[in-house]
Amino acid sequence: MLTVEDVVTTYGAVRALDGVSMTVEPSTITAVLGANGAGKTTLLRTVNGLVRPRAGRISYEGRDLLRTHVDEVVRMGIAHVPEGRGVITELTVDENLRLGALWRRNRTELQQSLAEMYELFPPLAERRNKPADTLSGGERQMLAIARALMSRPRLLLLDEPSLGLAPRITAQIMGTLRRLRDEQSLTVVLVEQNARSALSVSDQAIVLNLGRVVVSGPAVELAADEKLRHAYLGF
Amino acid sequence: MFRFLNLTLNGLTNGMIYAAVALALVMIWRATRIVNFAQGGMLMFTTFIAWDLAQVHHANYWVALVVAVVAGILIGGVAERVLVRPVENGPPLNAVIVTLGLLIFLQALAGMIWGNSQAHSYPPAFRFIGYKVGDRTLRFSPNDLFIVLSVLVVVIALYVLFQRTSLGLQMRATAFNPEVAGLLGVRVGRLLTLGWALAAGLGALVGVLVAGTSSGYVTPVGPFDALLIYGFTAAVIGGLDSPGGAVVGGVVLGLILSYADSYISNFIQTMYALVVLIAVLMIRPKGIFSRTSERRV
Repeated sequence: MLTVEDVVTTYGAVRALDGVSMTVEPSTITAVLGANGAGKTTLLRTVNGLVRPRAGRISYEGRDLLRTHVDEVVRMGIAHVPEGRGVITELTVDENLRLGALWRRNRTELQQSLAEMYELFPPLAERRNKPADTLSGGERQMLAIARALMSRPRLLLLDEPSLGLAPRITAQIMGTLRRLRDEQSLTVVLVEQNARSALSVSDQAIVLNLGRVVVSGPAVELAADEKLRHAYLGF
Repeated sequence: MFRFLNLTLNGLTNGMIYAAVALALVMIWRATRIVNFAQGGMLMFTTFIAWDLAQVHHANYWVALVVAVVAGILIGGVAERVLVRPVENGPPLNAVIVTLGLLIFLQALAGMIWGNSQAHSYPPAFRFIGYKVGDRTLRFSPNDLFIVLSVLVVVIALYVLFQRTSLGLQMRATAFNPEVAGLLGVRVGRLLTLGWALAAGLGALVGVLVAGTSSGYVTPVGPFDALLIYGFTAAVIGGLDSPGGAVVGGVVLGLILSYADSYISNFIQTMYALVVLIAVLMIRPKGIFSRTSERRV
């Protein structure tokens, strides 16, 4: 579904991504793991066009993503939940969600999607007309994910959803991702520092170190490999 | 008591004009975080265009008004695209200097075309003569009523646009967080241009309304500069970030100036506005109506 080949992305003299390749199959969860500065966020930003790579190819369902403008990427069915959540705090919960489905013109479909999100994330329903800055960290993360889902994406790019959240909330969010994969065949690329919880829901994983892929394989195998866990994943 | 009523009505009429200027400033501030010092110059220029049509070419009042508003929309859009866009990511002072430069450019250009020395009179939309109550004449004419109502209609229309439509939601999202808005598929650049265009169109309406009052006239430098000071003060009273606050701020300022003018002295009207401005900045720098606290990063 998504193919990344030999991508090199630089910030000035720094090679944030140094020849990264990965393949993502439909309706799977792929974890992208690694320490701070390994290039995880850059990988996501390169995929959706916020950053342009120096070299390499990225294709999505046969289309060249490197020739696609950022707002067009959303229309192709790729939604991005940025790091630090990216909820617009001055707007209400409902308005944030509506922004997720901007380019869908059909009113009944919009109402239906809104209803689905409030069902999926009940805490949001209680606060639908409150400004988003009244939400807790976990609720903001739910809102960011729900807003991304409003565009009915086929591919969801998630950047550090567990950042700053209590383990219980993280587990809830991971559970929701698993459910979306199983029930709606959603494909997810999950960037995480919290390797343990990410591996618990993922089908496959890659580990980045200094802009290179050091390990890739089925999530179960990575979680079982003790040496690897100590070397790169810290648990 | 009759005098107080007259002052209140007069303050209300002027206040609606300040409110509209303040609203234009707030719209541009929200879209691009720039105080548009060229607002007065832009509406001066469009009012001159309308004056040229109405007085020189004897066009209908309403035709001239519509042409002025359309010209304002175009000038605003072009100013954002051509002048503001290149300096937008630089230091804020750059954008301020650019808008000041645009102000001076428009004043010079108007002077070259229509002359600097003469104050041109502008026709009113309706009668100047106040309504009669018994045998007394109110300081509130059909023309004043027209001013109040037209600003009110525009304010309501903008409220509906911002709060009830998808386009307005996109404009607000762009104002608060352009990067996230872009990630969601909002075409940020276009909406910034639209924000400037709408604000300048609103300014153009104000210019024609003000020029058509009993004390109004059109010159390149003068009355419209004072209007910018009043509008800016009104916007600051409202917190610079709040459209509703701008409207209330405009009316409050209009009333204060009207009372001070009559009960204290009418020689120093602009100074009263500056006193209010300084007082607000000292006592409540975020404005009387700001709800949100510090912006979180």
